Amino acid sequence: MAWTSSVITDRDGHPLQMSKRTIFLLKIATHLLLLAPTAWLVHFYTSGALELDPDPVAFITHFTGDWGLWTLLASLAITPLRRLSPRLAWLIRFRRLIGLYAFFYATLHLATYAFLFSGYDFATALEGLRSGHPGALLEQWKLIWPAIWDDVLKRRFIQVGFFAWLILLALAVTSPTSVLRAMGGKPWQRLHRLVYVAAIAGVIHYWWLVKTGVRTPWKVTAVLAVLLVARIAYTAVKRFTKPRQTVSAARS
Amino acid sequence: MLLRVSESLRSILRSSDITPQASFERFQQQRRRLLTGAVTVGAGAIAASRLSVLFDPSPVHAQSFASQPSKYTVSENQTPFAKATHYNNFYEFGTDKSDPAQNAHTLKTRPWTVQVTGMVKKPLTLDIDTLLKYRPIESRVYRHRCVEAWSMVIPWDGYSLSEFINLCQPLPSAKYVQFVTLVDRKQMPDLPGGYDWPYSEGLRLDEAMNPLALLTFGCYGQVLPNQNGAPIRVVMPWKYGFKNAKSIVRFHFTDKQPHTTWNEINSQEYGFYSNVNPQVDHPRWTQARERRIDSSAFPHTIPTQMFNGYADQVASLYNGMDLKRYY
Repeated sequence: MAWTSSVITDRDGHPLQMSKRTIFLLKIATHLLLLAPTAWLVHFYTSGALELDPDPVAFITHFTGDWGLWTLLASLAITPLRRLSPRLAWLIRFRRLIGLYAFFYATLHLATYAFLFSGYDFATALEGLRSGHPGALLEQWKLIWPAIWDDVLKRRFIQVGFFAWLILLALAVTSPTSVLRAMGGKPWQRLHRLVYVAAIAGVIHYWWLVKTGVRTPWKVTAVLAVLLVARIAYTAVKRFTKPRQTVSAARS
Repeated sequence: MLLRVSESLRSILRSSDITPQASFERFQQQRRRLLTGAVTVGAGAIAASRLSVLFDPSPVHAQSFASQPSKYTVSENQTPFAKATHYNNFYEFGTDKSDPAQNAHTLKTRPWTVQVTGMVKKPLTLDIDTLLKYRPIESRVYRHRCVEAWSMVIPWDGYSLSEFINLCQPLPSAKYVQFVTLVDRKQMPDLPGGYDWPYSEGLRLDEAMNPLALLTFGCYGQVLPNQNGAPIRVVMPWKYGFKNAKSIVRFHFTDKQPHTTWNEINSQEYGFYSNVNPQVDHPRWTQARERRIDSSAFPHTIPTQMFNGYADQVASLYNGMDLKRYY
């Protein structure tokens, strides 16, 4: 288990664990870094630049989708990177944080679909809201939800994307340490291995939505492939070199 | 009439006739503010790559048409010029919709000749400037519906394709006209692989003779920007946008349905007819609604009309046809 694999010192006796203060500051920095795209998007809207984009709805959809995939891949990169050197053991403390941002951007992406892309008349709902009729939000939803339902039933790229989001939801809900304790390490880990399925589903979602001949998803596909191969190679090498090793439970 | 001919695309991008000067300046201001205040390098880089296409520092030097108003004009709000010229599907210059505005400056629109081949009385080679003067240029404001479920309202400048077809003198045996467009690696360094270039589209001859089908040389009162299909293209407002072949080099008359690029790539998704039809969905999205690209950040989604609202003029072309089968 990752959180038990802390090496305290290196060969020369230098401490390998980062000080609490460094970790704290790095976590703040990570939060700021991963919130920056959202802040930028809000700024893009409030500055009036968004309305100058030819298709603002498509822009927000792609923006949130891209960041969802990138943060998900970043969280998946933690373990392979950590294995490169014991000096990188501290990276594990950022995995949940980054993973939660993947869920955050995936949720923004889903919300963009539901309230902008699907045909939900956000402009009218917003006008209603501004003139003091918050009920307009719901009215517009009532008008569009049959169409959304139809869309979800018909289109596999939406289904596979929604499936990926559901996995991320389950992982986000079970991410607190208290839930991990309640579930037990093994079942928790088994559940959280679904993150690979979510990443694969996310990349398939991307391929299925682009037009024939468009290859823009190849970059995320390549990164995911490298990360998956790194895992498989690591497991294979470990098994080959220590065939009889049994995995001991984390907290035993 | 064509008043002035300049080769450069840059010279026409900033026409103050088109985008009101005030709103353009506002945009530039916002852009500057945005870029100087970019929050992160990553996000900023994306913004810059996307926004730089909306910004062109060259001086105003427009070439324009004194077009006649046309009865085939809708009175809906027009899409801003900057959006109609920076959101283009012109894959020869890149597959992202912001690519053509960035890359199409390499397209050379003079000299330009158009071949007329196939079942015609006599094959012809026509110069673009001859064609420009062949008939009075009309300004027609058309709805433009992309198969990707967004739409625009664009003022085009041109004359009916039927006028040109009469000039071509097709034989009575000719039943279709094919539009073959330019392919040239020298002018299109980013030409993507995996497509059977040149891009080809086509119509049944009676469709092509419908007065709505427009042989188009300009938009927004000026010569077509390269990314919009300069120097000559077609516009059939009752069909999905990809039927409107850009930068045409050859009109080929035939008695067989010509091969058309998207239909060949994926016939499940793109039919030969490709009439706008809210009842026939694209496999990946509904065609019942469309995002009308306007000047706002959150544009309205509006219902898509049969034949894009041009049923009165074109529905009779398809009498007795099962439009679910011939999509």
